[in-house]
Amino acid sequence: MIERAIIGKTLCYHCGDECLTEQYAVEGKQFCCHGCQTVYQVLSENKLCRYYNYNDHPGATRTRIDKRFDYLNEPSIVSELIDYKDDRVTIVTFYIPHIHCSSCLWLLEQLNKINPAIHYCRVDFLKKQLNIRFDHQKLNLQQLVELLYDIGYEPLISLQDIIKKQNAVNKDNLVSKIAVAGFCFGNVMLLSFPEYFGITSLEHSFKYFFGILNILICIPVVFYSGRGYFVSAWQNLRNKVLNIDFPLALGIAVLFIRTVTEVLTKTGAGFADTLCGLVFFLLLGKFVQKKTYHHISFERDYRSFFPVAVHILDNGIEKPIPLSQLHIHHRMVIRHNEIIPADAILLKGDALVDFSFVTGEAIPVSRTLGEIVYAGGRQTGEAIELEVVKPVSQSYLTQLWNNEAFTRKQDNRMQTFNEKVSKYFTIVLLLIAFSSLFFWLPTDYKRGFAAFTAVLIVACPCALALSTPFTMSAALSVFDRNLFYLKNTAVVEQLAKVDTIVLDKTGTITTGDSSYVKNEASLTEEQKQLVYSVCINSIHPLCRMIYHYLGGLERLLVSKYSEIPGKGILGTVGKHQLRIGSSKLVLGYPERAVYSTNVHLLIDGLYLGYFAFEHHYRAGMEKISALEPSINLHLLSGDQDHERTELVKFFKDTTRLHFNQSPQDKLDFIQTLQDNGDKVMMIGDGLNDSGALKQSDLGVAITDNVNNFSPGSDAILDGRSFNKLPAFLRFSKDTVKIIYFSFLISLTYNLIGLSYAVTGNLSPLIAAILMPVSTVTIISFTSIATHLAAKQRKLL
Amino acid sequence: MSIIYFLIGCSLLLAVCFLAAFFWAQRTGQNDDLHTPSMRILLDDEDENSRGK
Repeated sequence: MIERAIIGKTLCYHCGDECLTEQYAVEGKQFCCHGCQTVYQVLSENKLCRYYNYNDHPGATRTRIDKRFDYLNEPSIVSELIDYKDDRVTIVTFYIPHIHCSSCLWLLEQLNKINPAIHYCRVDFLKKQLNIRFDHQKLNLQQLVELLYDIGYEPLISLQDIIKKQNAVNKDNLVSKIAVAGFCFGNVMLLSFPEYFGITSLEHSFKYFFGILNILICIPVVFYSGRGYFVSAWQNLRNKVLNIDFPLALGIAVLFIRTVTEVLTKTGAGFADTLCGLVFFLLLGKFVQKKTYHHISFERDYRSFFPVAVHILDNGIEKPIPLSQLHIHHRMVIRHNEIIPADAILLKGDALVDFSFVTGEAIPVSRTLGEIVYAGGRQTGEAIELEVVKPVSQSYLTQLWNNEAFTRKQDNRMQTFNEKVSKYFTIVLLLIAFSSLFFWLPTDYKRGFAAFTAVLIVACPCALALSTPFTMSAALSVFDRNLFYLKNTAVVEQLAKVDTIVLDKTGTITTGDSSYVKNEASLTEEQKQLVYSVCINSIHPLCRMIYHYLGGLERLLVSKYSEIPGKGILGTVGKHQLRIGSSKLVLGYPERAVYSTNVHLLIDGLYLGYFAFEHHYRAGMEKISALEPSINLHLLSGDQDHERTELVKFFKDTTRLHFNQSPQDKLDFIQTLQDNGDKVMMIGDGLNDSGALKQSDLGVAITDNVNNFSPGSDAILDGRSFNKLPAFLRFSKDTVKIIYFSFLISLTYNLIGLSYAVTGNLSPLIAAILMPVSTVTIISFTSIATHLAAKQRKLL
Repeated sequence: MSIIYFLIGCSLLLAVCFLAAFFWAQRTGQNDDLHTPSMRILLDDEDENSRGK
């Protein structure tokens, strides 16, 4: 394959990033870094280069990765990770976020070519999992992970083992129940046809035979497939709740009992096919409602953010230990890009810690020796040594999880429409049933019981029970297409009720590289050098951005230097005097209102201009601010307020902006709003928002890569779809309207059926027609209406 | 017409066989991953000559 050059840019053969240097080239192929080149060499040595034929640039970039896996030699860690082990083979399942194309699939299933100790590897593409069986006498887990790492597929190993949790969920054999119900439905229908079309007196002996067969076939439907409804109805009755399962269970029971009595007493044909159809469609509704995103986890907490193991110094020797064994007074070694797992005191090294995920502070902060570094920060730069002062579970960050918002079960959520309605529905249904019973009882007790059971059968809220799941699952797939992933169908209804949106700042409305420097000063090379030399002394975020912007110039000796907090810096380099900072410091008067942060520059008394820092907000921020006044917008940031002037244009007034908020403050703020009766939607991205996300009525985690860590939430929104948020809100309101409407339709069917039922003259044929027809109407109406609504909101 | 008894018995038996086959497939995990095999089939079989074109 020929190297692709797009408008003069050379792209890395492995990962597709731009090649900045021609230093890395093998066999005429260009690579962006040594890592990518190594992967290519490993594959080419093992004759696995077909990897590159299936897709262009299938690899993951390897420029910034630096990881050590020696903790995988710890038996206690290994035993947590593996699925199975005997004296010869080990089976392990890894979650590999990078799996994304057919090349990945192909390569990962060829691992035995690289190392014959691997017996078997199978990829589950949607779950992004790799199942490996290997001979642990020839290859240990660490070597296996290193092998995966070497070919560019680093597994994500975290404390909160997502894989095992997911596998444990799918155990309610709903599919088997549906299969049984569907099987019985089909057979019973065939056996019931002769009855409906009329059996001549000649063949009357068959009638009883068919009836008995029908009963036999119904038994697994009622006692296996339909069992869940009885259990749920009983549990709810004991908790004094009337939910929709109660009339459903009642309907199933009545159908079954009446069928059995009619057939055995030879008084009728019974309602066997209505019964089977009912259970079949109900279970189908359950199945549709249960949409799972295999590669997304909504339940993550700090444990999946933290590493599995940490290196400690024990008598001067470095060794890895599992995080659970990390205690106070342990001396940890944290390298570049590693996360500090516990609150600790800095003992050695130059700490420059990126807390963006914890506090929302956009810029790495530097810490001096002896200072406390809070858990959750990511060290950038050289390796540092720290002494643990608090156990992992009690650190500043993780103690948030001890808050009641996290321990409480999710019962503060709003009641869904279905739950509200089904209570009244059940009461009315029972009223009608009993009144028809008592109406006929004095004159004709047989007719009375016939009417009573007929009412319960015909009014069985099958269509009602189906309207919500089918509408919601259609809505969910619309959201899914627009990169908005909801945890379950109930979230759609919560979305429709939202009247207050609270936004986090860093990472939520600003993106990763949120601001860029604009040079509004004309500087000579020499002046640039002066500015660079002065700014490099400061740890102020703006200074750091300036010297990054000016790039690696030669550093000159600064003879005098002083920093005035909040204003700027004064410095002397050689003969030159520099003043860098706010307008007040440099020019002597405060700046007029501007939409950017400016740093002014004065060299030797001569004003040279300023550096402007413009912030980039996510596209669509103005659309969201246009939601006012129907929705109240608030900003909740852990950051300083230096962007106040730029941000205020998106919000109603400055009272909506809240800065310097700790994670606990954020949680409390949401609670205050809720106490005022607001339905709050919180949008955040970091661990610092997780309390607020949990507390809010609808927590949305925003992320630029859904496979990355995102805090536990009700929904995950891909950053690219941020501008569609208003459309999502409107669409969710539409779906709720569709549910109301389909509820009306199902009521109409119920009324038609009831008009037959109360007279006691419900024939099995009418029941057998009415039930499927109403179901099909509801299913088609909800899916078509949802589709149209999505079109109208431009979501399809 | 008593052949009906036999025919219905046959049809039910056949249907039960299919149901059992489905249960077996479900239990052995054949329906666990419905997406990956559809991609796997598009990949070529082993061919030593096709090394890095």
